[in-house]
Amino acid sequence: MTGTTPPILQGPTSKEKKYDRQLRLWAASGQAALEESHILLINSGPGVVGVETLKNLVLPGIGNFTILDSTIVSEEDLGVNFFLEEEQLGGFRAEHTCNLLKELNPDVQGSYITERIESFLLKADALKPYTLILVTAPIAPELLSKLSANAETSAIPTFYIHCTGFYSHFSIHLPPAFPIVDTHPDPETTTDLRLLAPWPELSQYTAEKTSGLMEMNHHDHGHVPYLCLLLYYLEEWKKTHDGQVPQNYKEKTAFRQTVSQGARTDNAEGGEENYDEAVAAVLKSLNPAELKSSVKEVFDASECKLLTADSPDFWIIANAIWSFYVARGALPLPGSVPDMKAQSADYVQLQNVYKSKARADLSEVLQRVRGLEKKLGKTKTAEEKEVELFCKNAAHIKLVRGRPFHVVQPGKGVKWEDRAKAAVQGLTNPESLILIYIAFLAFDIFTSTHAADALGGAAKIPGETDAEADAEKVTGIAFKIIDDLIKEAGTVVEDPDYSEAKSKAAEFVQEIVRAGGAELHNIAALTGGLVSQEVIKVITKQYVPVDNTCIFDGVRSKTSVLRF
Amino acid sequence: MAADSALTNGADSQRLRWKYLDRILSRPGPFTDPDWEPGEAVIEGLSRAKILVIGAGGLGCEILKNLALSGFKDIHVIDMDTIDVSNLNRQFLFRHADVGKYKADVAARFVEKRVKGVKITPYCGKIQDKDEDYYMQFAMVVCGLDSIEARRWINATLVGLFNEEDPDSLKPLIDGGTEGFKGQARVVFPTMTSCIECQLDMHAPRAAVPLCTLATIPRQPQHCIEWAHIIAWEEERKDITLDTDDPEHITWLFQKALKRAQEFNISGVTYSMTQGVVKNIIPAIASTNAIVAASCCNEAFKLATNSNPFLGIPETDNYMMYTGDESIYTYTFQHIKKPDCPVCGNLAKNLEVDSKSTLQEFIDSLAERPEAQLKKPTIRTEAKSLYYQSPPALEEQTRPNLSKKLSELVSDGEEVAIQDPAFQIAFKFKLVFKK
Ligand SMILES: [Zn+2]
Repeated sequence: MTGTTPPILQGPTSKEKKYDRQLRLWAASGQAALEESHILLINSGPGVVGVETLKNLVLPGIGNFTILDSTIVSEEDLGVNFFLEEEQLGGFRAEHTCNLLKELNPDVQGSYITERIESFLLKADALKPYTLILVTAPIAPELLSKLSANAETSAIPTFYIHCTGFYSHFSIHLPPAFPIVDTHPDPETTTDLRLLAPWPELSQYTAEKTSGLMEMNHHDHGHVPYLCLLLYYLEEWKKTHDGQVPQNYKEKTAFRQTVSQGARTDNAEGGEENYDEAVAAVLKSLNPAELKSSVKEVFDASECKLLTADSPDFWIIANAIWSFYVARGALPLPGSVPDMKAQSADYVQLQNVYKSKARADLSEVLQRVRGLEKKLGKTKTAEEKEVELFCKNAAHIKLVRGRPFHVVQPGKGVKWEDRAKAAVQGLTNPESLILIYIAFLAFDIFTSTHAADALGGAAKIPGETDAEADAEKVTGIAFKIIDDLIKEAGTVVEDPDYSEAKSKAAEFVQEIVRAGGAELHNIAALTGGLVSQEVIKVITKQYVPVDNTCIFDGVRSKTSVLRF
Repeated sequence: MAADSALTNGADSQRLRWKYLDRILSRPGPFTDPDWEPGEAVIEGLSRAKILVIGAGGLGCEILKNLALSGFKDIHVIDMDTIDVSNLNRQFLFRHADVGKYKADVAARFVEKRVKGVKITPYCGKIQDKDEDYYMQFAMVVCGLDSIEARRWINATLVGLFNEEDPDSLKPLIDGGTEGFKGQARVVFPTMTSCIECQLDMHAPRAAVPLCTLATIPRQPQHCIEWAHIIAWEEERKDITLDTDDPEHITWLFQKALKRAQEFNISGVTYSMTQGVVKNIIPAIASTNAIVAASCCNEAFKLATNSNPFLGIPETDNYMMYTGDESIYTYTFQHIKKPDCPVCGNLAKNLEVDSKSTLQEFIDSLAERPEAQLKKPTIRTEAKSLYYQSPPALEEQTRPNLSKKLSELVSDGEEVAIQDPAFQIAFKFKLVFKK
C-alpha cells in the first residue's frame, strides 16, 4: 500500500455481514422495506404453517411481527411445531411461539395477542398498525370476510393460507393497483442494444472503430467490439437490400453468414472471438423493439391516463415515460452493455456512449415528470433515483391487479365471475391443480356449515373422527362446486372429461380428509417457505409475486399458480 | 381408527404428541398402495429408520428440524464447517454466541433439546473420512450441500455400495440445492435411476474469464478483482496463503482491484463484490432453503413410510426444479439415466476434442467442461499412461506428454480412463476428434 492513498478501513458493517447473502438479492432498499414492516399473523388450527412463515421472515430481519392466537399449548403442538417447548404446555401458544421466534434475530420486534379473534376484530382500528396480514385456516367465514373487506378498504396486503395433510394453498389479496418497477428480469434476456436504431454517437463510435477494418492488423481486428461489427455489416447489408435491415429468419441467417465470413482464420488462434460473439448475437439482437403486453397494460391503465394531484409517483412517471415513448418511438435506454471481447479503453468508451444516451433519456423523462407535477400542483415531487430506476427497468415493469380471494359463505355457492371460463378449462387440464383448490373450498364449506359445538367453540374439521363419512359429505360439496362452476361459465364439460374431473376431485377430497385437519410438518414448512417468499416480494416491491393463488401438491411434488 | 389407543409403548401423553402424524400414518389414502397396511408397524418402522443428513448449513438446519418433526428418531449428521456470522440470516439453529463452533454439534444439540425423544449423532468432519461400512448402516441419505464435489463423492460412493445380491445395500439419495430464489430436490435410487453424475450438466460451472483478459484487457470490475486474486497476490504475497475469510486479505485484494480499475477507468469495484468474486458467493435466503429442504424431507418421509408415492420410483418423476423469482414455478419430471454415465452407466462417454490441442490444454478444459468438471486428472489409455499427477516420479516421467498434441497420443475414438483425487472411481471417456 502506498503512503499517499488513505487506507479504506471500513469493511462491511455487522449488519451487512449478517445479511450479506440476501443483500445480494434485494439490496439495501429491499432490506429497508423489510425493516419497516409490521406483520400480523392470525393463527389457528395446528398453526405450524403460520409460524414457519414467520421464521423465514424473522431470519432476514422484518421490523416487527405480532401473533394473534388464543390457543393453549397442547401435547399435539409439541409433535409438529418447532417453536414450542415441553415446559410451555398449558401456556398461550401465541406467547411462546413469539418468544422462541424472537430468539432467531435480536433485531426483530415481536409481540403477541391472546385475545379471541372475534372480539379483537370488533375494535375499531384493530388492524391499523400492520403493513401485511397473514390468516391461516380454519377461520369462520364471517371473520375472513371482515379481513377481506379490510384488505379492500385499507389496501393492506392480506394472505389466506390453508395447509392440511399433503396439500396446501394460499391466496393473496393485493391492492387493486400493485405496480412493481424492480422486477429483476434475467439479465441474459434483457440486453437492449438498439442496433436497429443507432443514435449519432453510436454510429460515430462504430465508424471510428471499424475504419479500415479490412486493413487492420490481426490484433486490432480481433478486438473490434462485436456490437460495432454488427453495425458495420448491417450498413454493408443495407447497401444491397434497398436500405433495409434483415427482415425475417431467412435473411437473418444469411446476414449471420456474411458476418461469419468476415472473421479471419489465418491468425494464430485460427478464428476470432469477437466475430464468434457477433455471430451468436445476430438472432437475438436484430428484433424491432416491441412493448411487452405487461408494459402496455401499465400505459393503458386508467391510473396512467387520468392523473390527479393524488396520483402516486409510479403513475406520474409511467405517464411521462409513455409520452416519451410516443414522442421517441422507444422506451428510455437502460444503458448497460454486456461484456464483450474488446480493448479496455474501447469498451469503457462504448459503455460511455450507452450511458450518455441513457442519461439524456433520463433527463428528458425527468423533465416530463416535473412538468406533470407542476401541472397537477403536486407539492411532493418524485425522487430522481426513483425515475432513474423506472427508466432502467421500463421494459420490464409489471402491474398486478389485486383482487379478493374466495370466502365461502354457508348456504351460498362459490362465485367465479370473470374467471369462470378459465377455471372450467383447468378442470380437464392435468397440469392444473384447481381440483385440489376446489377440495379446499369444499373443506371450508363443510367447516362453515358444521359449525361449532353449542359453546361456539372451534368448528368441526372434516376427518377429525370419521374420515369415511366426512369424505363422502365433502365430496358431495366439491361436486356441487364443480357443477355450479360449469353452469356459471355457461358451458358443458363432456364425458369422459366430466367424470374424470369428478373422480379426481373425490380423490383429492379423500386425501385432505384423511388428515382430519392435521398439518404435516414438512408440508407446513414448505408452504411457509413459499408464503414468506411472497411476503418478501410484496413488502420490498421487488421480483414478481404470485397472482393470486398458489396450490401445492405434496403427493406429486408440484405447484400450480392460478388467478381467481 | 385413531392410532393413539393402538400404541402401547411409551407413555400415552408422549404418543399424544404425535397425534397428527399418527393420524395420517394410520389411515389409507386414495394414492397409497392397496397392499399398504397403515398403523403401528409403519409408525414403528419410521422410528427405527436410521437416516444420514449431510450438511448442517442452510438446508441442513431445516432438514434436521423437519426429520425430527416427521417421526424419525435416529438421525446422524455430518458437517466439517464452523459457524460464521453470515450464516445467521438463515441457519436458524445457530445464535451469535455459537460463531466459531462446529455446525454439526450445535445443530444436533439444539434439535435434540427442542424435540424430545429424537437422537441426533453429529460428526464434525469430512464425508470422505467415513468408509463403506459406515454408509451401509443407513436406510437413506439426505444431502443439503453447497459443494458439487461432495455431492458427486457421496453419489459415487452410494452407487459403488450397491450389490445386486443384497437389497439392503440400496441406499436412496435425496439431494437438495439452492441458489437465490431457485432450487431443486431430487431422489436417486443408485443404479436404478438417473444419478447425480447423470445430471451433472444441469449444473454447468460458470465459464472462467480468460487469463489474457485479466492480464491485459480488463473491462469489468470482476476482471480487476480476479486479476488481484489470481495474478497480483501470486506476484506480491506469494509466501502468504490466501485466506478468503481473513478481512485483511480481502481488503488487500479489494484495494489492489480498485487501483487497477481506476487505471483502466472501470467503475463498480466494491468490497462486497470483491468478497463475492473471491469466495464465489452464491446468494442464499431462508425461504428457498425452507422450500427445498422440506421437499427433500417430504420425499424421505413418504419413502420411509409409503404413506404416499414418492419421487424416484423408477420410470416416474425424480426431479423437482423450483423457481421463485417470477411468481412460483415448479417443473417436476423424470431425468433419464444415462447409459454412458461414468458412475452408474457401463458405456464410456463420448468427449469431443480437438486433435490439434495439446494434452495440457485438454487437461485444462476438463475442469470447465460441464460433463467432466475434473480438476486434477490423471489420464491413461488401455496401453499407456498419458499423465500422472502423482507420485512425483511418474509425474516427471509423463510430463513431456503435456506439450504433445492429442493426435500424437491417442487415436480417434480411443477410450481413456481419467482419475481424480476427489473421487474414488475412474471416469471412462471416448475421445472423439472434432471434424
Ligand atoms: Zn449416473
